[in-house]
Amino acid sequence: MINSLLWTPLAFGLLGLFLPRRLAGWWATLGTAATLGIAIALLAGFDSGATGLQDTVDVTWISGLGVDYSLGIDGLNIFLAMLTAVLWLGATAFAAFREQERPHLFFLMMLLAETATMGAFLAQDLLLFVLFFDLMLVPFYFLFGAWGSDREDGPTAAAATLKMIVYTLVGSLLMLVAAIATAIIAADGGQISFSIAELASHPIGTGSQRWIFWFFAAAFLVKMPAFLLHGWMPDAYRAAPLPVLAVFSGVLAKVGAYGFLRIVLPLFPAATVQFQTVLLLIALASILYGSVMAFTQTNVRLVGGYSSVAQLGFITAGIFALRADGGDGAVLQMVNHGLVVAPLFIIVALLAERSGTEDLRKMGGMAMRAPMLAALFLIVTLATLAMPGSANFIGEFYIVNGLFQAKIVFAFVAISGVALSAYYALRLYQRTMHNRKPEGIASREIGLRDGFVLAPLVLCIIGLAFYPQLILHRTDRSVEASVAAATKEPTPPANLASTGRKADSGSSSRPAGGEER
Amino acid sequence: MTAAFHAPHIDYAGLSPVIALTAAVCVVLLTEIVKPLRRTSPVLTLVALATTAGLLIWQWNDPQDLVAGALRIDDLAISISLIAVFTAAFAVLLSIGEPAAEDTGSGEYHALLLGSVLGMTLLAQSQNLVTFFVAIETLSIPLYILCATNLRHERSLESGLKYLIVGSLGSATLLYGMAFLYGGSGSTDFAGIAAGVGREGLLSDPLILVGIGMAAVGLAFKASIAPFHQWTPDVYEGAPTPITGFMAVATKAAAFAVFVRFFDVALAPQAGEWQPALAVLAAVTIVIGNVGALGQNSLKRLLGYSGVAQAGYILGGLVVADRAGVDALVFYLAGYALMNLAAFAVVVARERETPFGDSIDAVRGLGRQRPLLAWPLTISMLALAGLPATVGFIGKLYLIEALVEGDYTWLAVFIAVGTMISLAYYLRVVAAMWMRPGGEPAPTPAIAGASPEADPTDAHAGRRWYLVAPALLAAAATVFFGVIPQPLVDFAQRAGASLF
Repeated sequence: MINSLLWTPLAFGLLGLFLPRRLAGWWATLGTAATLGIAIALLAGFDSGATGLQDTVDVTWISGLGVDYSLGIDGLNIFLAMLTAVLWLGATAFAAFREQERPHLFFLMMLLAETATMGAFLAQDLLLFVLFFDLMLVPFYFLFGAWGSDREDGPTAAAATLKMIVYTLVGSLLMLVAAIATAIIAADGGQISFSIAELASHPIGTGSQRWIFWFFAAAFLVKMPAFLLHGWMPDAYRAAPLPVLAVFSGVLAKVGAYGFLRIVLPLFPAATVQFQTVLLLIALASILYGSVMAFTQTNVRLVGGYSSVAQLGFITAGIFALRADGGDGAVLQMVNHGLVVAPLFIIVALLAERSGTEDLRKMGGMAMRAPMLAALFLIVTLATLAMPGSANFIGEFYIVNGLFQAKIVFAFVAISGVALSAYYALRLYQRTMHNRKPEGIASREIGLRDGFVLAPLVLCIIGLAFYPQLILHRTDRSVEASVAAATKEPTPPANLASTGRKADSGSSSRPAGGEER
Repeated sequence: MTAAFHAPHIDYAGLSPVIALTAAVCVVLLTEIVKPLRRTSPVLTLVALATTAGLLIWQWNDPQDLVAGALRIDDLAISISLIAVFTAAFAVLLSIGEPAAEDTGSGEYHALLLGSVLGMTLLAQSQNLVTFFVAIETLSIPLYILCATNLRHERSLESGLKYLIVGSLGSATLLYGMAFLYGGSGSTDFAGIAAGVGREGLLSDPLILVGIGMAAVGLAFKASIAPFHQWTPDVYEGAPTPITGFMAVATKAAAFAVFVRFFDVALAPQAGEWQPALAVLAAVTIVIGNVGALGQNSLKRLLGYSGVAQAGYILGGLVVADRAGVDALVFYLAGYALMNLAAFAVVVARERETPFGDSIDAVRGLGRQRPLLAWPLTISMLALAGLPATVGFIGKLYLIEALVEGDYTWLAVFIAVGTMISLAYYLRVVAAMWMRPGGEPAPTPAIAGASPEADPTDAHAGRRWYLVAPALLAAAATVFFGVIPQPLVDFAQRAGASLF
């Protein structure tokens, strides 16, 4: 079952090469729909009461190197896999409705990307995770570079894409070294194993954790992207084809955040506690910087891009609150943000088709003859700004709640991010849909086919708003387990002896651990 | 009194690959004399290579000393020889229709190629300074000539001469070092030298230290390890492309085999003393190779510098001086052969097909024009860059694991950093093939005709089976061993097991 979830997209992609050109898109859509079907079946069979992994596959892959082909789902990744399946179906269908150059290759890359992303979520072997994490880049390199748009005043699509690849691979190659180092240090001369569960049960020494933590953190923060490591984002976002950008922004950024929850917290608990403040500072900087940039941008894509920086900052803050609440909120918010940002980019594509521009200053009045589009867009906008009643509100509430318990100062700053998001989201909506309509812009209602893409995504947003327990209920145990390693971690014995118990109990990790019990 | 004469025991089975190659050199060379047989030399060469491969596989897993310990045929020697034989077979296919082969005379060209393979097979087996030197010259001299076989091209002649001079310098250094080694240890056997080193100490006896240093430098020349790599890009660029491909892969493999035998086996007890020096050499090589490749517009020069960088990675496997390191080294060499051959096959095809020679312009827009060539080159570039689902990723993984285990994590970080730099040039080639649609270059550049190098010789080269099939085969194997690496891992582990 889990194997088919992983490989169905790629299988469809390869078979699609043998079909006539005009069928390629439909075939790919069928492939993503089948994947979604499998994902739903997995979710239906998911036992929310159980702890640990379900539907596992574990086969030796390279015996000499200790690498296993090991997959599994639990509360952390089941909804991210769902999100992947949903958004890919939407984006692929949206792309299939439009004429694509070299459709065979486009849809092959699209489906390869889905398999790679799904693999990163499902992998339970550290090295397999790194492999899929790197593999994701290959299809996106082609999709951005070959189907992206060159800018007259900026780098070509190929150059922008190269920048993105180099940035992200810098992180992930160091992560490869770090992953291998983790396993070798943990094995301590014995049989090497990359199994995440095994590595988590015997964390390595604190000294090694410190540098390995940063190698992993670099990879994940670049992917998100976080403040200071976002240099690739503006160029890449402007170059990317919009349906591809929808999944890229919707799902790939979450792989970074997921990596923290799956790998960094359980495997390097001591370093996590030690660097908690640094990561929280980066998260807050991302929230503030992303928000401020989002309401100064004139390019519609960049509004979406920088708002993602801010939202991912929120998610990081939730994770590094190191509280179950914060982690729950982070997982919920990952799904929420994916469900919001993907429709947003699809709407951007629709707006760009109607106005022939992506410049906010040249848009306006689009709501006039398109009430349906306006309504859908409004729902997405309100969800983006975390209107009370939306699932995003609940997600942010959980995150801030976790932060309050952990570091109250950070929580106050984070709350300002919520207010800022209202500003940029509403600004985006007003500038495009309201105001006076400039000459030469068509205000057309959303087409039936595009409606079929957008409406279900918006329905998902509404559905989650009514029933966020769907996610919270299932993720709770896994998040607790992931966070537990870091919170319950007693400060290392060596430290304990030298600084004494009193100083320790005052440290940030202790009090909440007591509260939980 | 009866005088009993005991003939030395000669193990013909163990020597059979060498004998087969020697016989093949003579036979192929003679075909040139008999007119009706002239066109058979490529076929005969392929048959000879297949026979040699068969004999090598026959000797698999049966390690023994030959010729009074001067040679040793074990799984390391066999696996490296197999890589050389396999590469040579590719070179033969790529040489079909190559002007260089026609100009020189097909028989001589192929006989020289076989001679070089013979040298490599010997080198991989040698464990004595004399056989070592004889083998390295048997390997090199045919290559000096082959580099210059493109008689009508000045570049090719220049390349041959340059290679001759630099190569001789390398050989001379090596020989001089050998003299010191003999002087210091009183033996020409690796085992005897090791015993001498053990007696005198590596760092305390200047004679031995100088000897080992010079021998290492001589080998570094052959394996194009920085800072002894300067000849590589020039020679690679000028030589006929099939020969470049052969040199890039097989010479490196053979040089590393003897490197392993000398350092990892004979000098293993002193590992702590020479490891830091070689590790620094590896780090320097990685940086110089990758930085050098950045600005290159000639694909052959780019692959030359990339080969320098890859030699640095491979040297990492040697540095750790344990079984995991040798496993990783052999695995990476095998993978490196596949990745590079796919690339060179495409370069050969485009060189004959377009007026751009080996410039990166020759592959611009290839994704549309010739997908069957574009895919192999794409896979090869992604694999050389170490992206997943290719043998390149597993190879890097293997090397890094060996390095971290051997306490050389800093060198593993160097490999990671080098790989990042390398993306910039590998992906430039991929971008040229697939991106900027419509940016295909004008069919004839203004200077066409001015340089004979640039004239297309075969307008349909991109559809010739003997170019497309090798490219596809190597690319398919690159992906296959990236997804199912176990067979290649087993192959590499046998090599390591035969030494430790």
